[in-house]
Amino acid sequence: MATLQEIALKTAGVEARIVSGHRMCAGCGIGTIIKTVFAASDRPVIVLNATGCLEVTTAVYPYTAWNTPWMHLTFENAAAVAAGVESAYKALKRRGRMSEEVNILAVGGDGGTYDIGFQALSGALERRHKFMYLVYDNEGYMNTGNQRSGATPFGASTTTVPAGTVSIGKPQWRKNLVEIAAAHRIPYVGQSVAHNTLDIYKKAQKGFNADGPAVLAVLQPCTTNWSYEAALTMKYSRLAVETNFWPVYEVENGFVHINVKPADRKPIEEFLKGQTRFKHLFRPGNEHVIVEMQKLIDEEWARLVKLEESGVQL
Amino acid sequence: MSEKKSWEDLELAIELPPATSLGYKTGGWRIVRPVWNAAECIHCMICVAYCPDMAIPAEKSEEGTVGKGGRVFKGAVRRETNFDYCKGCGICAHECPTKCLSMIREEEAEQAACKVPGEV
Amino acid sequence: MGVKKAITGAQAAAEAMRQINPDVVVAYPITPQTPIVEHFATYVANGIVDTEMVPVESEHSAMSAAVGAEAAGARAMSATSSQGLALMWEIVAATPGLRLPIVMPLVNRTISAPLNIHGDHSDVMGVTTLGWIQIFSENAQEVYENLLLAIRVAEDERIQLPAMVNQDGFITSHAIEPVEIYDDDKVRAFVGTRSMERGLLNVAHPRTIGAMALPDYLLEVKRAQEEAMSRVFEVYHSVAKELSAITGHEHPLFEAYRLDDAEAAVVVLNSAAGTAKVAVDAMRDRGMRVGLLKPILFRPFPYAEIRDALKNVSAIGVLDRSMDFGAYAPVYSELRNSLFELDKRPKLQSYVFGLGGRDILRGDIEVVFDELLSGSLDPERQRYIGLRG
Repeated sequence: MATLQEIALKTAGVEARIVSGHRMCAGCGIGTIIKTVFAASDRPVIVLNATGCLEVTTAVYPYTAWNTPWMHLTFENAAAVAAGVESAYKALKRRGRMSEEVNILAVGGDGGTYDIGFQALSGALERRHKFMYLVYDNEGYMNTGNQRSGATPFGASTTTVPAGTVSIGKPQWRKNLVEIAAAHRIPYVGQSVAHNTLDIYKKAQKGFNADGPAVLAVLQPCTTNWSYEAALTMKYSRLAVETNFWPVYEVENGFVHINVKPADRKPIEEFLKGQTRFKHLFRPGNEHVIVEMQKLIDEEWARLVKLEESGVQL
Repeated sequence: MSEKKSWEDLELAIELPPATSLGYKTGGWRIVRPVWNAAECIHCMICVAYCPDMAIPAEKSEEGTVGKGGRVFKGAVRRETNFDYCKGCGICAHECPTKCLSMIREEEAEQAACKVPGEV
Repeated sequence: MGVKKAITGAQAAAEAMRQINPDVVVAYPITPQTPIVEHFATYVANGIVDTEMVPVESEHSAMSAAVGAEAAGARAMSATSSQGLALMWEIVAATPGLRLPIVMPLVNRTISAPLNIHGDHSDVMGVTTLGWIQIFSENAQEVYENLLLAIRVAEDERIQLPAMVNQDGFITSHAIEPVEIYDDDKVRAFVGTRSMERGLLNVAHPRTIGAMALPDYLLEVKRAQEEAMSRVFEVYHSVAKELSAITGHEHPLFEAYRLDDAEAAVVVLNSAAGTAKVAVDAMRDRGMRVGLLKPILFRPFPYAEIRDALKNVSAIGVLDRSMDFGAYAPVYSELRNSLFELDKRPKLQSYVFGLGGRDILRGDIEVVFDELLSGSLDPERQRYIGLRG
């Protein structure tokens, strides 16, 4: 297992696969996530990027932050594009036209993954293309200013489902992408979080080395649209895990393993406070929303623990 | 517009060579900047690993570098922040376990240095 | 000399693909394109080709994966029809901007609604502004040859643009005709191999493909794309010449059939041109000077050449197998544009025919010629062949 020192050295220099000069918001953790994922690959990585924060901030002609083969096509098809690249890779290798070993990485935000890119992702997983799909999940369409997605949590106010006198914000719970991905019977699915560099690294390594498709979902707190001070990205990332809001776990060959078990689960308010999207929940009359959210989180966690303990293959 | 390429000089499908964004200096975005007190640094690499802008250089050092408590730190060591790209988000200072990084306003830094920091 | 096979237009496309043996074929089945994919799949299943075939979950993913494969450095193909083309529209539009020379057979079928699986040109006419080279085929033989031609034109380093090769749904795709299939070795030497130079898999030279272009650059990008399109004519001619060495006949931009001394002519795409030829012959036998112009290369459109070919014809009927509601029908519109520069312009009449697979018969085209020769034309009002009043 690599140490933080080794990972840091791989990500710091101009030799890294993504370099400075990108235009992500100050304090955006996507840069942290993607560079850590890259550090986990010993082979060249070909990146197929869905439209979204990462894409629009890293390749604005004539500037590109990518120091590795990279392509953007459109929003909903990073997995399909990756499938095409992987098929080309197989064909050209078979025909003796290339010999290098590469890793193929599709990457998108939650909008491009949970929502509009879902079909392409499902198709590519079902066909078992050998690639890793990375979703940096900031829980909404953050590049365009906080619109609701299938990953937006219950109770969050977004511009398309704002909190109001008769609205608590989003009334539904988010979908569970990890379990949906695992239902494709793929070898590896991981859920990680921006601040846990070692965990991202380890999971990316497993994903790259998997004998088939892999999915890695990483929670990415959004300084701009969760609206907290830029320096606090890793704090919110940590709180998401400490409150069990975002469990850090993996499904390896169908078996659930929880990587981080908070000894003393913090109340969800700890995560919610300071984020503008949850501000309305602290107004009188909305107490029941937080109570319900806490209940959902605890039930989900209990279910996850049970899944792990049962040893049943998903 | 004069420095921009004509249509005849564009790359096919505007395909770009790698890492040209190094020519795009995001340091000009900064309102606050991290001040690194090397004497308090333990070279834990947390700031380097976290920096979303890849703006904290690190290198392998055999001879090591002097840090907190006068101790020589070997292996991976950090260097001064690259202010060409640092956007001043403050994650490094917030996460630093020894508080060897602190954020100050750019004006203070300018006054202190009597010079204009890296501009875009 | 080739071998004559009794095959459908769909099989003819699959035969071309067999000989091309692309690195990657990505497709999703849709009537009436399906037999192309099915035939090709049997070649894969029996080791006749060693293509990586990817049967995806939608046309959107089909074109996305084809773009991925082509961008990776491979030669990728797909095939579709109608709703499939509509679903992949977004990626069809992106492909020329990325300058990826994907070649795709399109089996022309009506765009819904109402739902109709039969042939007309409402699918392709919705994408002619997107920057693909568009080639039309009268019959299965032309489908086969046009696909071979398209690969070379599209991939030429001066061009680097995608190409669609059109054939009429069912009428061509499902009807069995004798098709001469040329020698595998000769065809393979002709189509060659696509260079991997630009590919994402050329990892020694990493590149960023698909960067965003803001208002400061987008116009220049599009101007460069137009330049490539304008070079298609010369490349087409030179590739056609090479192909002629295999096929033994010419591959023109359009076919002028008995036009030399024609007083009246019809202009029509794809399979109806075959019917029109029979009508022309019959009327010529009756002493009437009529002819046909069948466009083959539709994008880029050879305005000057077509103008020259029609400059001495006094009445022209343009038969469109699709409509542009509230505007001139697509082919008619191009013909009007083309002829505008003439000092003495011919009389024109627009006809809509064959929508949703409605038959057009020799007699229908003879009626068109009668109208053209009678001079009772109204260039502002399109007429509908076979419309119940």
